[in-house]
Amino acid sequence: MWRLERRRERSEAMALAAPLIALGLTLVFGMLLFAALGKDPLRTVELIFWEPLTRPFTRGELLVKGTPLVLIALGLSFGFRAGVWNIGAEGQFVMGAVAGGAVALAVHGAEGVWVLPIMALAGMAAGVGWAMIPAILRVRFGASEILVSLMLVYVATLFLSAMVSGPLRDPDGFNFPESRLFHDSAILPRLIEGTRAHVGALVALVAAVAVWVVLRRHVLGFSLELFGQAPRAARFAGFSEAATVTICLGVSGAAAGLAGMFEAAGPVGQLVPSLPVGYGFTAIIVAFLGRLHPVGILLAGGLLALTYIGGEAAQLEMRLPAAAISVFQGMLLFFLLGADMLSEFRLVRRAPA
Amino acid sequence: MTDLSSLAPVAIAVALIVAATPLVFAALGELVVERAGVLNLGVEGMMITGAVAGFAAAHESGSFWWGVLAAPLAGAALAALFAALTQGLMSNQVATGLALTLFGLGIAALLGQGYSGTPAPRVPRLALPWLSEAPVIGPLVFAHDPLIYLSLALVAGVTWFLARSRGGLVLRAVGENHDAAHAIGHPVVRTRTLAILFGGACAGMGGAYLSLVAAPLWVEGMTAGRGWIALAIVVFASWRPWRAFLGAWLFGGVTIAQLNLQAAGVAVQSQWLSMTPYLATVLVLVVISRRGRRGAPGCLGRPFFASG
Repeated sequence: MWRLERRRERSEAMALAAPLIALGLTLVFGMLLFAALGKDPLRTVELIFWEPLTRPFTRGELLVKGTPLVLIALGLSFGFRAGVWNIGAEGQFVMGAVAGGAVALAVHGAEGVWVLPIMALAGMAAGVGWAMIPAILRVRFGASEILVSLMLVYVATLFLSAMVSGPLRDPDGFNFPESRLFHDSAILPRLIEGTRAHVGALVALVAAVAVWVVLRRHVLGFSLELFGQAPRAARFAGFSEAATVTICLGVSGAAAGLAGMFEAAGPVGQLVPSLPVGYGFTAIIVAFLGRLHPVGILLAGGLLALTYIGGEAAQLEMRLPAAAISVFQGMLLFFLLGADMLSEFRLVRRAPA
Repeated sequence: MTDLSSLAPVAIAVALIVAATPLVFAALGELVVERAGVLNLGVEGMMITGAVAGFAAAHESGSFWWGVLAAPLAGAALAALFAALTQGLMSNQVATGLALTLFGLGIAALLGQGYSGTPAPRVPRLALPWLSEAPVIGPLVFAHDPLIYLSLALVAGVTWFLARSRGGLVLRAVGENHDAAHAIGHPVVRTRTLAILFGGACAGMGGAYLSLVAAPLWVEGMTAGRGWIALAIVVFASWRPWRAFLGAWLFGGVTIAQLNLQAAGVAVQSQWLSMTPYLATVLVLVVISRRGRRGAPGCLGRPFFASG
């Protein structure tokens, strides 16, 4: 008989091994699942996890999907360290896309290098603004930021839909609920010819470095950690809870808003109701899988981007539904949370009585 | 031109009850879970899994009742995963609940792949001799589907269980202070696990109500945030069953009001009206939360590890 025993200190080695254990278990159980669905399990795994790496175009797609995942997860990592749960990054992503897109449409046809920076600022501002709603409601009234931010995802998605079938609809679009295609000056420059990878990937990389510096070298990183581990101690030390909640939601809102604007001005090139594809939710998994650490988030973002691309390929070739990928992703998070136990506890054999 | 005179009050009231019932099931289940001190954010995932399992079972067997049986089992199966992780492996409840929702949405879409566009079996209805045909009172009280009566019985049952039974007392003790409950010999982990399973079964039933009675068909993502609204209703209810029931009917009212306004052709884009249930949830959370977290179980969301 085995039992759990609390470790004196958190095992760092186990904390780093947990994502790998989780990935291994997900592969095994994923293959079982696909076998149960009557698909060739080895072929499925090869299709999802290996083939996207073998072609230049899909390698570029890795950057396209990885960029929003990494950006949003970096923002979320602030709050998740401090126990502030922004679950509504998807909504902030959508609002960022709408605001960035609205700027692009308002100045449609204007040439100049200033167009994209202003779109980016608008996107970030909208993301922050949307995230400030749960922040203020939590700070002022104590309303759960989990539920409020999540409700606002539905509101934001409906808002996008209202915008593209109303004020932002393409006047020459035969009443389709879509905006017109952005002008070239409002489209992000390509990073690699022949792919859809755009400069947003570089921004995500810079953001990762910036987050690393702030969390490591700035007192903010320390206060977040303290609020997450020991909120009472943090308050005694004079750190403000209201400021922490506001900063955490603000940072993640800005990151998600920017990611949304990148999505609209990058791979999509216009505003459409189908713009949100769940990056805001998947980024939660990226943040945890990356151990809330910038380097980890880059790696985890790459892995989950891989599942998105592989998932699309699997839809085409094996006629798997799109949702099969979220089963994979959910499983990954389950196993990770389970494996995390090993960093806090150890398994010991119960002495025979 | 908006024509509000075409709205029939009795039909609207019946529609309200139908819209509220999934929320009654899901919110009551989560209420019991939270009273045991556990926060399960996976309601949405369990609900949609129940919806697809109920629909699939009813469609395959041709009987409504197999669906009603399968849905709570599916919800409880998913909840068992949550229980194993949070109670067995002491994982973070917020993160695990989120994982459950993501996983549930995925697995439901996967299972439901072949079922969109297929018909659901006929729903049996209460038919009492002349009471059910009586004007107004008939359709309002005596002619519903059996699950509505089950939801009412559940409200009464949960109220009685929490307030009057020994099991309910233990459950509340575990939720208020798990260390004290453990010290006097109550099984914390077992109590919580049972509560989590019950919550999953209720959420599954709520989902099945959507796919078998309210819709009645299977559409991917058909719960559309109702699991999250159920979580908000528990807060709104200050963790009391009767108030949760009231809250669910209130949200049913908001949903039906906006749908009727859309149908009546109000000169507003439909999206703005569709936002109202979500905005109402936010509003209600604010109003309730400003009075402080009165009624919240003391150990809500805190992990328990029996040392020694």
